[in-house]
Amino acid sequence: MATRQTRTLARTMMAPAVIVLLIWMAVPLGMTIWFSFQNYSLINPMMTGFAGWGNYEYVIGDPSFTQALLNTLLLVGGVLLITVIGGTFLALLLDQPVWGQGILRILVISPFFVMPPVAALIWKNGFMHPGYGMLGHLYEALGLEPVDWFAQYPLFSVIVIVAWQWLPFATLILLTALQSLSEEQREAAEMDGANAVNRFRYIILPHMARAITIVILIQTIFLLGIFAEIRVTTGGGPGYASTNIAFLVFRTGILSNDIGAGSAGGVVAVIIANIVAIFLMRAVGKNLDA
Amino acid sequence: MGSITLEHVNKSFGEVEIIPDISLEIKDGEFVVFVGPSGCGKSTLLRLIAGLEDTSSGHIKLDGEDVTGAPPARRGLAMVFQSYALYPHMSVRDNIAFPLKMAKTPQAIIDQKVDYAARTLNLGSYLDRRPRALSGGQRQRVAIGRAIVREPKAFLFDEPLSNLDAALRVNMRLEITELHQQLKTTMIYVTHDQVEAMTMADRIVVLNAGNVEQFGSPLELYKKPANRFVAGFIGSPKMNFVDGPEAEKHKAHAIGVRPEHFTLSTTAGAGQWAGTVNVAEQLGSDTFLHVEVEGLGLMTVRTDGDQTFSHGDKVYLTPDANRIYRFDAAGLAL
Repeated sequence: MATRQTRTLARTMMAPAVIVLLIWMAVPLGMTIWFSFQNYSLINPMMTGFAGWGNYEYVIGDPSFTQALLNTLLLVGGVLLITVIGGTFLALLLDQPVWGQGILRILVISPFFVMPPVAALIWKNGFMHPGYGMLGHLYEALGLEPVDWFAQYPLFSVIVIVAWQWLPFATLILLTALQSLSEEQREAAEMDGANAVNRFRYIILPHMARAITIVILIQTIFLLGIFAEIRVTTGGGPGYASTNIAFLVFRTGILSNDIGAGSAGGVVAVIIANIVAIFLMRAVGKNLDA
Repeated sequence: MGSITLEHVNKSFGEVEIIPDISLEIKDGEFVVFVGPSGCGKSTLLRLIAGLEDTSSGHIKLDGEDVTGAPPARRGLAMVFQSYALYPHMSVRDNIAFPLKMAKTPQAIIDQKVDYAARTLNLGSYLDRRPRALSGGQRQRVAIGRAIVREPKAFLFDEPLSNLDAALRVNMRLEITELHQQLKTTMIYVTHDQVEAMTMADRIVVLNAGNVEQFGSPLELYKKPANRFVAGFIGSPKMNFVDGPEAEKHKAHAIGVRPEHFTLSTTAGAGQWAGTVNVAEQLGSDTFLHVEVEGLGLMTVRTDGDQTFSHGDKVYLTPDANRIYRFDAAGLAL
């Protein structure tokens, strides 16, 4: 981009994409904000007009909102914890020279290719169902009472499913980072008398810091909006036990047919996502400067 | 103490035999250079001594103790890598202190030793910087610093100067030699550069295809090369080889003459061999002439820098009769 000509050319070429993206983002956001200040319920079509902050007061004031917010944080935090720690561990294992490495790596990545509703259904019926799920059979074989996962531990079950889906992503990124560590550095540490644990702590982990940051950032963006897994398995219940913000918006806007309140919830979700993003960038973003 | 003995060491990677059979004895305090063309197994040999590779058979002894199966950390050796292998996320101080920290040395002693190493290597003002803020030569010094704080039995250098520019290389060469005189610790140094080998070593091991061609002092190698390979490898520019009838006059399969062992004349007929100057490389102090000698091929001749030559000049060469190296059909020196 040295000359004025190439700069102008670059801007002209990029303009269509930028404009389309801007419209795509701005119009729905504008409409959502507009609806959030309107009385707009499909059940009560006669009630129309400007609602002021009414929709917001209704959504935020409801106890389900606090629970959904807490659930969202638990879901994001739980999945991040499992995927980052598990991903690091798996990456370390996959980095070892083993027979059939190529096939093994494809197998490890495969959960990522399964669509979220499908993955949730497999877990719901294949594993966690107390009657014919594998875990149920396992508990029975051991002489234990089968656990009805989605009734007894709804949020935990959703976290497990989502973590299963995102573990391959974390593993893949962390494995790539691990492979970019120079062999001579490992050997130098070995010569310096560092055992395996110390090599991991002082050499490998600092080297992976940036990759871990990227995993956390990208996953957080996607995990804030987890929806399909909840819809397919628990439906947000029992009660509001596994409802996150995204699902709460769906419940309010679509299930209860209150478009106005649903839109208000959506706007709140956008604001929460931005707050999380700011904190996250502050906390881990400095790793990216290096 | 740091004497290193290799007994019939063999190393194969699957079917490929890198080192067929090497036995060596390196005395305590010696500066030994492994030199050879790329792929000759010199780095592998060093890594075997370091413990970074396992020997396929044979024994490695350190001060008489068999360490063949011992992990690198237990051998008490320190290595300086070609890429320096500094830890990028640690400051220079932490890099140098790392081996001590791993050995659970008390902090006070660590500080003392790091300061000593920093003073020895002129790193004092860089201690709080990260490696990436240092120049190539400074990084090299940090890598050496990390090696000396451990007070190892021996230092292993794996082509440590090959990433530096020419001027810095000459400097670091001197610094490493001085360091050796100061510490008097055994050092093994791997390089493909015969100038580094000649200038630094007490003794040189010339390796070719995994075999020791000759093991001796630099001048021994220069004056009495055991075979044609050593004769051609040691000395710069390379020795000229002649075979055929001209060699048979000296009762040999081939003869070798070093570029510096010619008498050069421009008077017609005033020399054994007549030739034409192809290229003259004028360095100021010396001039290297590439002379096309009739019937014998291209020869390099070293002459003083005062005379100027140009392409096509006729010259007459006389090899110094006392300094003609003779080789038999197998390439061994006669």
